[in-house]
Amino acid sequence: MYARFPKAVGNLPKLPTSRRGFLLGALATAAGLTVGFRLGGEASAQEKPAVHPFQPYIAIAPDGKVTIYSSQFEMGQGAYFGIATLVNEELGAEWSQITVEGAASNPSAYGNLALGGANQGTGGSSSMATSWERYRKAGAAMRLMLVEAAAREWDVPAAEITAGNGVLTHASGKTATYGEMAMKAADIAPPDEIPLKPASEWTQIGDASLKRYDSKMKTDGTAPYTIDLKLPGMMTAVMIHPPKFGATVEAFDATEAKALKGVVDVVQIPRGVAVVADNMWTAIKARDLVDVTWNEENAETRGTDEILAAFVEQSAAAPAHSARNDGDVSAAFAEAARTVEATFTFPYLCHAAMEPLNAAARMTDGVLEVWGGHQMPDLYQYIASEIAGVAPDKVKLNVMRTGGGFGRRGVMDADIVAEAVEVAKALNWAHPVKVQWTRENDMKGGRYRPAVVHAMKAALDADGNIIGWDNHIVSQSIAMGTVFESALVHDGVDWSSVEGANTIPYHIPNVNVGVTNMQSPVPILFWRAVGSTHTGYAVEAFMDEVAEAAGKDPVELRMELLENHPRHSAALALVAEKAGWGSPLAEGRFRGVAVVEAFGTVVAQIAEISLPSPDQVKVEKVVCAVDCGVAINPDQVVAQMEGGIGFGLGAILAEEITMTEGVVDQENYDTYTPLRIDQMPEIEVHIVPSEAAPTGVGEPGLPPIGPAVANAVFKATGKRVRTLPFSRGMAA
Amino acid sequence: MVSLTINGTVHEIDAEPDMPLLWAIRELVGLTGTKFGCGLAQCGACTVHLDGVPVRSCQTFVGDVEGAKITTIEGVDGNVAETVQAVWAEMDVPQCGYCQSGQIMSAVALLSENKNPTDDDIDAAMWGNLCRCATYQRIRGAIHETARRLEA
Repeated sequence: MYARFPKAVGNLPKLPTSRRGFLLGALATAAGLTVGFRLGGEASAQEKPAVHPFQPYIAIAPDGKVTIYSSQFEMGQGAYFGIATLVNEELGAEWSQITVEGAASNPSAYGNLALGGANQGTGGSSSMATSWERYRKAGAAMRLMLVEAAAREWDVPAAEITAGNGVLTHASGKTATYGEMAMKAADIAPPDEIPLKPASEWTQIGDASLKRYDSKMKTDGTAPYTIDLKLPGMMTAVMIHPPKFGATVEAFDATEAKALKGVVDVVQIPRGVAVVADNMWTAIKARDLVDVTWNEENAETRGTDEILAAFVEQSAAAPAHSARNDGDVSAAFAEAARTVEATFTFPYLCHAAMEPLNAAARMTDGVLEVWGGHQMPDLYQYIASEIAGVAPDKVKLNVMRTGGGFGRRGVMDADIVAEAVEVAKALNWAHPVKVQWTRENDMKGGRYRPAVVHAMKAALDADGNIIGWDNHIVSQSIAMGTVFESALVHDGVDWSSVEGANTIPYHIPNVNVGVTNMQSPVPILFWRAVGSTHTGYAVEAFMDEVAEAAGKDPVELRMELLENHPRHSAALALVAEKAGWGSPLAEGRFRGVAVVEAFGTVVAQIAEISLPSPDQVKVEKVVCAVDCGVAINPDQVVAQMEGGIGFGLGAILAEEITMTEGVVDQENYDTYTPLRIDQMPEIEVHIVPSEAAPTGVGEPGLPPIGPAVANAVFKATGKRVRTLPFSRGMAA
Repeated sequence: MVSLTINGTVHEIDAEPDMPLLWAIRELVGLTGTKFGCGLAQCGACTVHLDGVPVRSCQTFVGDVEGAKITTIEGVDGNVAETVQAVWAEMDVPQCGYCQSGQIMSAVALLSENKNPTDDDIDAAMWGNLCRCATYQRIRGAIHETARRLEA
């Protein structure tokens, strides 16, 4: 997921330059259009149902069915529900009539305003931020047009008409459903002024009892995902990828595979070899019969032990690039009464979403359709058009909801989308093709959260005050060499490597944060909460070490240093109160605390742990306080905190991708082990009341859990967990 | 040809006996509520009932289940199943939803055998069902709530 930036960093995303003229053209047009609300927008490449007077955001059919077109991609985080809530707060339709569909190919309408506005994309927990004004105004405009249509139809003043529950009502007793008035409303010009309800009149926003409209379809098996797609004549392809990152196909022999009944072809594409069959099982069986010779000339042949050892060694040297330099850190350390030092090591992590990656492609009469979890649609449309050799407006994207994502569907080279188009092309467009990865493809396929080393140092004066802070981050850059480089990388510093480290909220006079970018063919990517997954851990676990050295309570010390950050201190105070920080604990229980801001949302957590054995931790309970501005769907804020904590806890306890001589050791959930139900703590979430515009919750629940647990482990054992995951770090 | 009885209907399918039941259900019979997650019986997304007992269909082979009564998420019914599904939706358990067919099949099997499961019973019965969105707290809560309603 790409990130939400401080204004100073600049806007995102800047899509390809030079030869990629199409996008530049679209951007230039879009630049002035995406500020504020615009009803109508440019014609979409995507055909919408016949009745859509409120394109591109809402369509209403004569039967009253309301279809909302979401600019934001749904991977489970509840973006569709959030957007529907914003629309319906103003529209007043019946919830039972509402559906949401993913939309694409209209950057002027769907560009992500929180990420610069030029292009459509989901990431950085920005879906509610970009939708906050846009979709409420779309709903309000629709209501005003329906009211105006009824006013004309009934020849009464619009002011005398009320709208709600999908019905227009006049004081005289005349009524009409929204559906009945939809076609007439389509002829009415959108209003120039679109007033929005004041917060005091909200009935949907902030309602904790409002239920997701899409839960039922996820309890009876009817919710459709890309894996479920059925197209006439569609073939299924499974991939054979290089066993080492950076290797390429030298040659392959598919004689035996092709002899298998149901196998259509075995084709080479730039990313490997695809086995195409009339069903998935046949393709899987045939895959085992293909013999591929790989060229490993440019492949990564090191193991992760060697890679991380090189990172650790580098972390002792001076950083190559500065990400923050306040005061005089050298002088602070020179005059320090004492110093604290620690080095933290983080492994590669796999997203391992439940739905293994997939996408489908079909060329019909010169129009290429691509189905998938299109997290960055404008980019994917362009890449698909380049591969297919058709104009971008001849590419139609069908945006599917996905079985998880966690960043894996937002890839700069559109990997799975590109594979689907490449395979369909290699078959001369003879069949619609779905490329379906197996779990092994997914786990060994790269695009990991980067491995990272943080070298931390703090200088304390004689009174225990922190007078210096030094943090050297050694990692691969996610953005360098991609279309995001110009937006994300400045003076050698990739924002996604340092976010949360160079923005520490603590008041310390001398701060040095630097980064060194390491090179490896191991492909890396945004992974839920991105840089904060490791910076949050390093900063908050180290802050606990500093508090210990200074002889201060971890909450008190943080509160002292957060004097200029009221949102942090409010969240921390709330969580401390709710968790009873400082109160006696049951025998064998220990607490740890952390507070992290990610993507503009502040989350504080207190973890309570026990130790079933000396090198094993059980997290019993987590109390969480979150400030995300207005909580649009409070119960979904809670759900995302629960999910973020569970996802993050699984990662810190036992997840890691390791490699031996360049080959990934993990293939499936037996060796790469996300959290299971018996490890899930009891979670209690408190939302800090706020009237500020909403930020996001999909990612920010994750970063504090690791350090909160690590700090509790220290209380229990006196041991600092500085090597992740804990399955390693607690034994170390 | 293999004969499978799925949700009360007999399907004659053209498959080798070693084909995993998962792919027969999804691609030959066309019921897609049962999901593929791992292929190794590690995640539980493909859970179906075989004569009422939850099994991982990705590691169950069609040649071994002729004559058995196979139930998928599309066909699961009765008081326990309907209550589980209703509570699941009311409590907004699902996030992405992809694993939830399997979660529900496991939960229905648990509650059919055990009217008042403890947390340990739930851990034991649901351990094999991964949820990458980590909806576990709500899954646990929904199972307890279903048990309460079924008892009432």
